[in-house]
Amino acid sequence: MIPAAFDYKKADSAEEAIALIAEHGDEAKLLAGGHSLIPMMKLRLAVPSVLVDIAGVNDLSYIDDRDDHIAIGALAKHRSLETSDLLISECPILAHVASKVGDPQVRHRGTLGGSLAHSDPASDLPAVVLALGGSLVAQGPNGEREIGVADFFTGYFESALAEDEMLTEVRIPKAPGSNWNYQKFNRRAQDWAIVGVAAVEVQGATQVSLVNMGSVPLRASAVEAALAGGASAAEAAEAAAEGTEPPTDLNASPEYRSHLARVLTRRALEAGGVS
Amino acid sequence: MEISVTVNGANQSSEVEPRTLLVYYLRDELGLTGTNVGCDTSSCGACTVHVNGESVKSCTMLAVQADGQEVTTIEGLAPSADELHPMQQSFQDNHGLQCGYCTPGMVMAACSLLDENPSPSEAEVREGLEGNLCRCTGYHNIVKAVLACSGQDVS
Repeated sequence: MIPAAFDYKKADSAEEAIALIAEHGDEAKLLAGGHSLIPMMKLRLAVPSVLVDIAGVNDLSYIDDRDDHIAIGALAKHRSLETSDLLISECPILAHVASKVGDPQVRHRGTLGGSLAHSDPASDLPAVVLALGGSLVAQGPNGEREIGVADFFTGYFESALAEDEMLTEVRIPKAPGSNWNYQKFNRRAQDWAIVGVAAVEVQGATQVSLVNMGSVPLRASAVEAALAGGASAAEAAEAAAEGTEPPTDLNASPEYRSHLARVLTRRALEAGGVS
Repeated sequence: MEISVTVNGANQSSEVEPRTLLVYYLRDELGLTGTNVGCDTSSCGACTVHVNGESVKSCTMLAVQADGQEVTTIEGLAPSADELHPMQQSFQDNHGLQCGYCTPGMVMAACSLLDENPSPSEAEVREGLEGNLCRCTGYHNIVKAVLACSGQDVS
């Protein structure tokens, strides 16, 4: 399968990329690692007439210690997250989950910013950033704004990014230590999660999020409230599917996904020692 | 669009359509047909090549994205026409292939794996090759070939 024809533009800076997407509007798409966009273009699920390649914007691949948080350039690749000493020590759940995305070839190309901007509710990294409670920096023609991750995912494959904005940085709180766990349930290697659960202790509070339990990644608020109220992991996990609208597909019915959410949440809480 | 790519050590300048996938550029433009197209959906890994030394699926990368980069294909691995690369030799010695269709991608993925982890455990080899499907061997001899190539005893 070959994508439909498009014009290719290479941007050397975020400013240049933003000028190009501002000029071409919704006809244009930013191309980072391309591991979500190119498959969609091959299937004609996405038919942009202009592709703005930002992979060469080298100054957006950093993973920096900013004292109270970690700042990650939007173009940092999954492989860099997976092997980052800073993340392994200060936010091990993010390094671990990056190592569970796709397969090594995908992780050599895919980027954190690309995964978040793509906003696929079945992806691993959006849910983990949501559990951590970070924020995202969007740059547009009129400057930068910071968007809380809770406000970022607005719908199925939709984010709060405006047409002329580019995601440039992801800011996550430090969550060192061993109180975290990620459960990814799938049937075959390299598949998306049928359901996934991230649980992590951030500054003393247990934060839990769900993969593929609705049109966006979701915080398991009922579980978090039960834990805060003194419930055990097993008791709190019973609330995992509350307020969700799990999709139905070949892999699972909504009922089965709800069951998985409860089981995986209990496992994540117990294995992570975060109850 | 004009691109300039170093492929197996040689500089190649070519005019390509932006939508040309790297794998078709390698096969159809450069005649390097050792890289196979399998599933064409980033699943099977038959099209795995190295870009700047790292394994990537060339069916999920545009040729224009390789502009200015270094690409190595299965043809570029062996030191000479009479000699196999140690990984290719290990696949032969350990019977790590049957029909051979997945082999070029499997070997490229395996080389990238050992670059990143020179002495992997059996489990790490299996996980490290999760992006490559083989429908013949059941993987056992492939895993054995990779472990043997890393200098570990597989007898």
